[in-house]
Amino acid sequence: MLKGYGAVILDGAWLTLQLALSSMALAIVLGLIGVSLRLSPVRWLAWMGDLYSTVIRGIPDLVLILLIFYGGQDLLNRVAPMLGYDDYIDLNPLAAGIGTLGFIFGAYLSETFRGAFMAIPKGQAEAGMAYGMSPFQVFFRVLVPQMIRLAIPGFTNNWLVLTKATALISVVGLQDMMFKAKQAADATREPFTFFLAVAAMYLVLTSVSLLALRQLEKRYSVGVRAAEL
Amino acid sequence: MIFDYNVIWASMPLYLSGLLETVKLLGISLFFGLLAAVPLGLMRVSKQAWVNFPAWLFTYVIRGTPMLVQLFLIYYGLAQFEVIRDSFMWPLLSSATFCACLAFAINTSAYTAEIIAGSLRATPNGEIEAAKAMGMSRSKMYRRILLPSAMRRALPQYSNEVIMMLQTTSLASIVTLIDITGAARTVNAQYYLPFEAYITAGAFYLCLTFILVRLFKLAERRWLGYMAPRKA
Repeated sequence: MLKGYGAVILDGAWLTLQLALSSMALAIVLGLIGVSLRLSPVRWLAWMGDLYSTVIRGIPDLVLILLIFYGGQDLLNRVAPMLGYDDYIDLNPLAAGIGTLGFIFGAYLSETFRGAFMAIPKGQAEAGMAYGMSPFQVFFRVLVPQMIRLAIPGFTNNWLVLTKATALISVVGLQDMMFKAKQAADATREPFTFFLAVAAMYLVLTSVSLLALRQLEKRYSVGVRAAEL
Repeated sequence: MIFDYNVIWASMPLYLSGLLETVKLLGISLFFGLLAAVPLGLMRVSKQAWVNFPAWLFTYVIRGTPMLVQLFLIYYGLAQFEVIRDSFMWPLLSSATFCACLAFAINTSAYTAEIIAGSLRATPNGEIEAAKAMGMSRSKMYRRILLPSAMRRALPQYSNEVIMMLQTTSLASIVTLIDITGAARTVNAQYYLPFEAYITAGAFYLCLTFILVRLFKLAERRWLGYMAPRKA
């Protein structure tokens, strides 16, 4: 049915999955840094955190991808000669894609995390301090474990959006399943078949994620009584 | 590295026509998307499985696949079938503007339908009981009570959807349209100044986002004033 392109597209799907997972890992780190900035009592740090999340969320992913990919390449090749490196540097699309998506979704996650942190009763952090924990310990031992449960619904949403946004990286030349499908479509002149196949793959990916994250939410909510109407 | 203002200044007409294209794409797709979303949202709250299921399947599939794939399916995909190439619709379906608007409208209709359905489900019971007590028929109750009330309460979420849609219109540049992103890609291709080109585009989108946020604040004050927290 896919005229022998099935394996090629599956290869691309593996790359899509790698891209999505790695950028999510980076986004979580950046999201945590972003939220620490935003909730910081130091005024200019909080301001920087707000700037990061507002500006990134106000600009389309595609524009940011093009900016970081082409701009980053340009910058790299202007800076490298100054450091005594004269060869032309080609940005690896996978690395650039992970960096870009991680940077974008870090901003979205910092918003999700912020809501979750603010929903934790103040007494929790105070109790941690009263036990003599350092602010670092309070953050990672008291706040983060509780924040995870509250952040899962928002996180699920962000993950789904991120998975779908990976398709955009094909525009700057990453050979993910979208790219492979376009190639196959051009070669066989059957675009509908291939794009439909890829759409089905994305649907499988999002459906599996939805089910898995729902299980995770259940696990993290053990011990929390749901309000009954 | 110096920011080259001259090139940006010289390309301003291109950016402004791109801005017009972006606003046009956004306006058209939001209009038709909302038009389709209301019946879809109503189907989604129906208790009858044969009414609910098709709407559920539609929103699930559209929300579970990337916009880019949907756009390619319509723009490149439909040309695969001779029936479509020979039909009277072909002049429309071979135009990038039409395909982009169609794809965007389909996409936003799915998200908006879920927003409206969620808002309908959250209708306070008392409003429904009051409508029934007044002897309203089902259709009259939907027209006069449920929909107006639910659409108002959906405003905050809908404003998010509109902003997401603004960002989605940037995909039009991939199918050759010259919207704001398309203008930036043209400028970058001509002068090879990626920073200048894309930062300018980003600034345009940021301004549009702020304007939309402001407009929705005003709309919420107008239609949702009764739900605002009381001022001390």
